[in-house]
Amino acid sequence: MSDQQEPALRLKGIVKTFPGVRALDGVDFEVMPGEVHALLGENGAGKSTLMKVLAGMHQPDEGQIIIAGKPVRMTTPIEAKAQGVVLIHQELSLVPEMSAAENIYLGELPLKRFGRVDWTTLFERSNAILKRLNCNFRGEVTVANLSIANQQMVEIARALTVDARVVVFDEPTASLTDAEKVVLFEIINDLKARGVGIVYISHRMDEIFTLSDRITVLRDGAYRGTLTTADTDEDEVTRLMIGRSLDLSRDTAEHSLGEVVLEVRDLSCAPLFKKISFSVRAGEVVGFYGLVGAGRTEIAETLFGLRSPDSGEILVDGSPVQINAPADAIKLGISLVPENRKEQGLVLSMNCRDNMTLPQVQNLTTGPFVSSGAEIAIFDKYRDKLEIKTPSWRQTTRVLSGGNQQKIVIGKWLSMHPRVLIVDEPTRGIDVGSKSEIHMLLRALAAQGYAVIVISSEMPEVLRVSDRIVAMYSGQIMREFTAEQVTEDSLVQAISGIRTSEVA
Amino acid sequence: MSNLTDITPLRWLMRNPIWGFVLLVFIFFSLMSEHFFDYRNFQNILVQTSTIGLIALGMTLVMINGNIDLSVGATLALAAAFAVDVQSWAMFATWGNWQILPAVSLALLVGILMGAINGFIVWKTGVDAFIVTLGAMLGIRGLVFVYTGESSFYAMNFAYSDFSALSVGPFPVLALIFLACTLIVHLVLSRTVHGRNTYAVGGNREAAVNAGIRVGPHMMVNFMIIGFLAALSGVLLSTQMGAATPNLGRDYELWVITAVVLGGTKLTGGKGDIIGTLGGVLAIGILRNGMNLMQVPAFYVYVILGSILIAVLFLDKRFNRTANGGLRL
Ligand SMILES: Nc1ncnc2c1ncn2[C@@H]1O[C@H](COP(=O)(O)OP(=O)(O)OP(=O)(O)O)[C@@H](O)[C@H]1O
Ligand SMILES: [Mg+2]
Repeated sequence: MSDQQEPALRLKGIVKTFPGVRALDGVDFEVMPGEVHALLGENGAGKSTLMKVLAGMHQPDEGQIIIAGKPVRMTTPIEAKAQGVVLIHQELSLVPEMSAAENIYLGELPLKRFGRVDWTTLFERSNAILKRLNCNFRGEVTVANLSIANQQMVEIARALTVDARVVVFDEPTASLTDAEKVVLFEIINDLKARGVGIVYISHRMDEIFTLSDRITVLRDGAYRGTLTTADTDEDEVTRLMIGRSLDLSRDTAEHSLGEVVLEVRDLSCAPLFKKISFSVRAGEVVGFYGLVGAGRTEIAETLFGLRSPDSGEILVDGSPVQINAPADAIKLGISLVPENRKEQGLVLSMNCRDNMTLPQVQNLTTGPFVSSGAEIAIFDKYRDKLEIKTPSWRQTTRVLSGGNQQKIVIGKWLSMHPRVLIVDEPTRGIDVGSKSEIHMLLRALAAQGYAVIVISSEMPEVLRVSDRIVAMYSGQIMREFTAEQVTEDSLVQAISGIRTSEVA
Repeated sequence: MSNLTDITPLRWLMRNPIWGFVLLVFIFFSLMSEHFFDYRNFQNILVQTSTIGLIALGMTLVMINGNIDLSVGATLALAAAFAVDVQSWAMFATWGNWQILPAVSLALLVGILMGAINGFIVWKTGVDAFIVTLGAMLGIRGLVFVYTGESSFYAMNFAYSDFSALSVGPFPVLALIFLACTLIVHLVLSRTVHGRNTYAVGGNREAAVNAGIRVGPHMMVNFMIIGFLAALSGVLLSTQMGAATPNLGRDYELWVITAVVLGGTKLTGGKGDIIGTLGGVLAIGILRNGMNLMQVPAFYVYVILGSILIAVLFLDKRFNRTANGGLRL
């Protein structure tokens, strides 16, 4: 990086406070043209807030934004886009009933005379962009009909409608498959080659180290330093981020396994999955590994009563059960931490405590009333365990950072003390420190006799927490491994649909 | 660090702009009309407010649930008709004042039943509550006309029509009933499991289902509560008039929804409370009463109320923008 070059974007001494929170405390940040600058920090460190300030969605209390040498004030995202600053959101912000093309050009549709939309141009341009992104759908489709990953692609396509100076990616890979990730990285490198400055936010160290040129770390809203990626390593970054090193070894402490708690026999639900059989014993963690779309989430939803299977049996403690609704599952002691936490797990308008105790308030009453003290005790316990950052339990969950919202949902189900805990992508969007906390917590729960099912697309995660690993490919179980037999290669083969001579 | 907890009166008023407004009109009319600041007039206001107020309590629950009930005015009329008519049924002829008991019980049951039907249809068909209760509004009003034969029923039992004039000490009974119901619904909403679930279902239905809440039956209960309150309101109104007319309660749904929305309940669900609703109901009550005393023609009251509705909601948006994460959305 040449020092004499003018940064594409510079933030100086940005301060932003919310009631009860100092989200940003004098943060400096700059991006050079043609640089990928990673922004790291724990959940709630202020990354998204910083980027929202940059994109004109929040006004900073203090500090300056300098673009191409000139200080600017931006009050709306459209203004920011006109300055060449594009933000790709952590949470999808699309209009589901509109076509992909309309979403891509939302707010700046090409017009003909008398304000009529120029549909031909719109579809032409958006299809060209989608093609550049290697997307296998066209601009005419309705967004609601697209998979989450494809919706993400639409979100990314938005960045390519203007000659961007700076593009911000806020945790873009959370819901992408590996193949789609490759495409995304190509796009980023392509933008980079054309001199666009990229800000890349992610909690996944492997991505950060393959993509970025420099890394800036935030902690509790304060600027902690900028490192050159080539001269540093994960450990140094982690220490800057959370103030300590992480122990990434597998917890090998043996504990005895109990009876089979949950058994599934030949469960099918066309076309999502077929002939699924497996069992989980008390004290065991079973990992479900596979690509996004392999049918793992759907199995979990079936076990939790959100889908009805076509055929097959579910047995709890050896006796067949009917699970028609989540209420049934909860009664049987089955809990699900859903994948899409914001949509499926959180009531955004409710406060942190109420969200966490929602499935069990009926058991927390004194007389006819809910007992506030008992609820706060539960909240406090899991806030400390999961290191949830919030000024108080009264905060509405809407304003929590993405990762902290996830932790609330996880805390909600852990606090239920279920017999079978199913967690779907438990650490998506969660910072490295809390990630290892959650891994340890899952191991600890198993040690206490819970049966745990972990669904994950991250290989290190499954390898680290599971006693047994079930590999799935396109709705079918390919193989089962024990922690001792499994190797990365055999796992990759299994989830890509390659059968080996050995049959599990 | 946490300044969320220290709630000063000013802050409280900013969160509940409607109470600021209640205060304002109260002072305004006290200065403008010599008849307003009078203890008898306050009794009046409370009694007048109780009709719409009772229904508004139920509407708050239903709207926080993310639903709406347009059929309340018709339910009120049907219940009133039952309450007045059943008293004069031949089989109760020898019951004396006890006639009132089966009449009122039946009227309240009819209200609960109407609510249950609304709720059941919303639950089982998944059709929007707006549509379902719009249909119910027309259908029930039709029933009222069929039942009454398009004419009014008059209460023959004087104990019934005298009821509304009763007082306990300085408080008129009707006002006491309203205040008691307000307290109960407030406690239900803010302190019980049912109340908590009401917010959850309206705030994010999917998350509520995942938490094991049976959303359909839950919503049905709230429809039954509002049905009951509408019927109660109808009974009390008919005691005031000593009669039940087939057009009783026309447009009440609009007044009720206005009051609830003024009180800060969101049409989209998930947000609102009884304290706000009480403020909304009082605001409308004081305004109507005060303008009446100042002899402002009735249609101006509509114009002014409409403007106020928009002004209050605007202020609410200004003060409480942080609820949207401080973003300009
Ligand atoms: N509108 C708001 N009102 C109040 N507090 C807010 C608001 N927006 C963000 N915060 C708080 O500011 C802090 C920083 O949040 P931010 O979303 O920037 O974190 P983040 O670094 O992006 O975290 P994550 O990795 O979890 O996405 C958090 O404590 C959050 O609760
Ligand atoms: Mg974030």
